[in-house]
Amino acid sequence: MIRICPLSALPPGEALRVHAAQDAEPHPPIAVFHTEEGEIFAVDDTCTHQDASLADGWLEGCEIECPLHESKFNLRTGQVDSPPAKLPIRTHTVHIEDDHICVEMSDAQPNLPPGVKFGVES
Amino acid sequence: MKSITVVGASLAGLYAAQALRQQGFDGELTIIGDELRRPYDRPPLSKDFLIGKIDTDVLSLEAADEDLYARWLLGSPAVSLDTASRAVVLADGTRVASDGIVLATGARARKLPGSAAMAGVHVLRTIDDALALRTELLPGARLVVIGAGFIGGEVAATAKKLGLDVTIVEAMATPLAGPLGAMMGTAVCGLHSANGVALRCGVGVRRLTGSDRVESVELVDGTVLPADVVVVGIGAIPNTEWLTGSGVALGNGVECDHQGRTNVPGIIAVGDCAAWHDFRLGRAHRVEHWTGAMERPAIAVAALLRGGGHGENHEEDRHACIPYFWSDQHGVRIQFAGHAAEADSVTIEDGSPENFCFLAVYRRGETPVAVLGMNQSRAFGRWRRQLRAVHSATLQSLPPVLER
Repeated sequence: MIRICPLSALPPGEALRVHAAQDAEPHPPIAVFHTEEGEIFAVDDTCTHQDASLADGWLEGCEIECPLHESKFNLRTGQVDSPPAKLPIRTHTVHIEDDHICVEMSDAQPNLPPGVKFGVES
Repeated sequence: MKSITVVGASLAGLYAAQALRQQGFDGELTIIGDELRRPYDRPPLSKDFLIGKIDTDVLSLEAADEDLYARWLLGSPAVSLDTASRAVVLADGTRVASDGIVLATGARARKLPGSAAMAGVHVLRTIDDALALRTELLPGARLVVIGAGFIGGEVAATAKKLGLDVTIVEAMATPLAGPLGAMMGTAVCGLHSANGVALRCGVGVRRLTGSDRVESVELVDGTVLPADVVVVGIGAIPNTEWLTGSGVALGNGVECDHQGRTNVPGIIAVGDCAAWHDFRLGRAHRVEHWTGAMERPAIAVAALLRGGGHGENHEEDRHACIPYFWSDQHGVRIQFAGHAAEADSVTIEDGSPENFCFLAVYRRGETPVAVLGMNQSRAFGRWRRQLRAVHSATLQSLPPVLER
């Protein structure tokens, strides 16, 4: 479990990119979103189509649009709602503890774009 | 419509085929491609693919489980179109007749006259072009890139990273002045000198020297640039010659209305080969941007399936796509949207061109008409949306802009 930040530090409509190194294991950065409707979601930050930070994207409802080529992902399921991306983004479980956003990292394999390893240029 | 043929198997052709199925076309679908490869993505060819970071398998534009239930005819180009019987004839003699046709034959790289037989001289458009070039980008080699546009700039940046000695030659005094305007063109091209790439602007190429293999690039001012490898990045030519005499109206590309319909009912055109009517310019205008090739097929396919001839529904559905392109060079992400030529002022809204991290807004009077970002994805995305809203609102009222 990763403690991200106090809930109040991420207002509705905002996003945060987090470099989440866990157990010294290299890890792709994640993005945490607070939707206008008040839900918190955590997903891998890198678009599965090409290296771009989803935290820089356009948040609408529980859908995030990549700032580079406008692929859209459902933050709840990770599924692609609009191309060019073909693969879903990995989603993580969010808990709120002591008014803090905490993220439980998924064990699933991340779907990173071609040429990108752990969010860092290989 | 019972049968539709898509001529061209790259981004626009594939997305047209996908749009046909998504919009309910369940008839016979044929996709024709001149290359033997299935549709692939080209932007990485000058970047991650050229540097060897990724390979051909990840360039596929189709999802692994995707099936368009199409007949694929690959490896033979279309050579003529018989509009009376709506038949496409391929170089190998195959004749494909159908009720509807999508023209998506793209554009090819413009070559330098007289360089065809010389080894070491490359263009970059296809996977095969990139494979041939990548074997020659060896550390220490001298590369001359002709043309400081985005392909040239990306190849130069990739080659520099691979350890080559790189010079870019640009005939215009200011690189990228066309797409970005003079001021921002200069700012963006500053990336090259900051990263050790030499830039020679305002001087044309007289000829390439060498016999079997290129040895140097001779400029019109007499300068001789020794070269082991030359990349020619001087634009593209739409692949429309095969349509000559077919009755499909041609100008600089296949002339279409604002929804991609040609003058021949049942035939639409998308992607780099197509010149759609642009309400701002008041004429057909061909764009080569990747995003247009991705977004426009759905619009054109809807028009095709709806039926009706050229010129109908002119007032409806003036789609609000604004030109958008991006480039990655020397580790900096460049994004641009809008129409630079319409601007009478450009202001830096955030950051500074000196460290290649800034956002610039182009305005005509008070109205924003374009935006440029270097490493400013978040702010850029917000401005791009704002531009789109302004564009939609003004499209109805603005008279056509006179070209300069």
